Amino acid sequence: MSVYLLRRLIQAVGVVLAMSLIVFVGVFAIGDPVEILISPDADQMERERAIKALGLDLPLWQQYGIFLGKALQGDLGRSFVFNEPALTLIMQRMPATLELALAATFGAILIGLPLGLYAGLRPNSVGSKAIMAGSILGFSLPTFWVGLMLIMVFAVQLGWLPSTGRGETVTILGTRWSFFTMDGLAHMVMPALNLALFKISLVIRLTRAGVRETMLMDYVKFARAKGLSPFRVTFVHVFKNILIPVVTVTGLEFGSTIAFSVVTESIFAWPGMGKLIIDSINVLDRPVIVAYLMIIVLMFITINLIVDLTYSVLDPRVRLEGK
Amino acid sequence: MTAPTLEVRNLCTHFFTRAGVVRAVDDVSFTVRRGQVLGLVGESGSGKTVTGFSIMGLVDAPGRIVSGSILFQGKDLASLSEEEMRHLRGNRIAMIFQDPMMTLNPVLRIDTQMIETVQAHEKVSDDEARARARDALGMVGIPSPDERLKSYPHQFSGGMRQRVAIAIALLHRPDLIVADEPTTALDVTIQGQILAEVQKLCANTGTAMIWITHDLSVVAGLADDIAVMYAGKVVEYGDVGEVLDTPLHPYTHGLIGSVPSRNKRGEPLRQIPGMTPSLLNLPEGCAFRARCPRAQTDCVQRPELREWLPARFARCHHPHREEAAAA
Repeated sequence: MSVYLLRRLIQAVGVVLAMSLIVFVGVFAIGDPVEILISPDADQMERERAIKALGLDLPLWQQYGIFLGKALQGDLGRSFVFNEPALTLIMQRMPATLELALAATFGAILIGLPLGLYAGLRPNSVGSKAIMAGSILGFSLPTFWVGLMLIMVFAVQLGWLPSTGRGETVTILGTRWSFFTMDGLAHMVMPALNLALFKISLVIRLTRAGVRETMLMDYVKFARAKGLSPFRVTFVHVFKNILIPVVTVTGLEFGSTIAFSVVTESIFAWPGMGKLIIDSINVLDRPVIVAYLMIIVLMFITINLIVDLTYSVLDPRVRLEGK
Repeated sequence: MTAPTLEVRNLCTHFFTRAGVVRAVDDVSFTVRRGQVLGLVGESGSGKTVTGFSIMGLVDAPGRIVSGSILFQGKDLASLSEEEMRHLRGNRIAMIFQDPMMTLNPVLRIDTQMIETVQAHEKVSDDEARARARDALGMVGIPSPDERLKSYPHQFSGGMRQRVAIAIALLHRPDLIVADEPTTALDVTIQGQILAEVQKLCANTGTAMIWITHDLSVVAGLADDIAVMYAGKVVEYGDVGEVLDTPLHPYTHGLIGSVPSRNKRGEPLRQIPGMTPSLLNLPEGCAFRARCPRAQTDCVQRPELREWLPARFARCHHPHREEAAAA
């Protein structure tokens, strides 16, 4: 186990290093932030001073070296725009994104699992056909369109739910959370649903496929031959087997949810990381872009590790040992 | 003679598929008495397994029992509700499946899978259920059962898993065990051990058993009676020794003839020509007639299972009667 973890750690360092290089070079290639940051009527002297101050006069490899050296000390650079450390900026906005992504993921499991289970157990019923048709919609409708429709129906027409911002927040452990106020929850409903829609469909289809496959296995028939109640056969023998793919996929999806919450956050003006990165890309705020991508990479690595560990708990045949 | 544990009468189980009605089990009758073993023999697709599932009440859609009765200790299983049937399953009637690698749930520990079986039929504490599971494992010859209870199925070999499955079947000391080719997937040595143990258990506990197999040598050593199935029907039924020595039905004859044995070395094996017919559109009359060396024009008439000699049944118009009578 510890050997396994150590190997994973070394792999993680490699991935982070490779990613940092790609990101750095990639962002360098996008364009010169100086054009955006400095007013057009600044003279040559001012321009050069600004370029020097930002460290943009150095060759690329030197810039990368400096970045790497500072990154090792936990400094991912200062935002050109806010003149604050990029890491602090992102960390301020991370809780908002995290709680949105968590709400979306748990919502997807809470809604998707029962529906998928039903559709798998009664594949020919009208209900499960409706569920499957709905899940196709969930898969194919573009997020931004669904978001706009939600706002139009529930905020504009019916006026039930607020359409922008986080609402009232509570400060716990130094960060602000919408989870614990009614107003905050009301603000969260629509963006979370919007973000969850694709995932609900995914969980439904995974669960249904898993149930239909597992129901045909000999061990399910054997469980029935033992005289177990249908409830126990479904919720112990079948359920534990389908949890394996569902956990894997929703776990990996959690990373994408955070990374791609950009669209939903923009539509609902949710002040999370996604909105920050879009704003930063617009003004070519390099340090923030780089820092954001680095954090996302770290997050993906961590989530993958957690999924692998969960996997070994769910499936006794998986043993986490380095060969 | 005691009352039979199981009496299957004219059982028909059909599958209503899109391509048509598959008569997987078509007019099957046999009797199993206390402590006796019935060998149910036939090729793949002859309806042996479906017969077993019909007795267990585990035939899934699109299949269902169309007609006939399954009298278990005088009670017709075909007419019981699903809930009543569930109380018998695993309790009074147990089943052992063919592939031991597939019958145990891979993500549940052995103790979970055994204790749930005990508690499905009796209200006992976890500790008592565990003790019974341990005893059952010991009975089928699994060493250090206490430790093995905490293992997962993948930590066992195939033979050991089949022993576990048999132990699960024995938990409630059932009156009837339906064993569907339980040793086919195992090594010959393991097969021998398991056969010996099963035979001992049956003799000691009075459990009746239906042993489904395509291996005539297993039946010869284990069973009291034999029922030979072909295309969903019982074509021959009788005492195992008599049937194997002097088979009445040409199909049984052919089946025995195709077993390689030492004294026929050097001679080509006698095969049954042709293939088993599709159950979707069986020919009129005797299903075996296209492959039968003794077929005559009247074989287009459907033969019934008839007692040609005392306690010797065959579904044939032209059985090997003289040879059997002379023996």
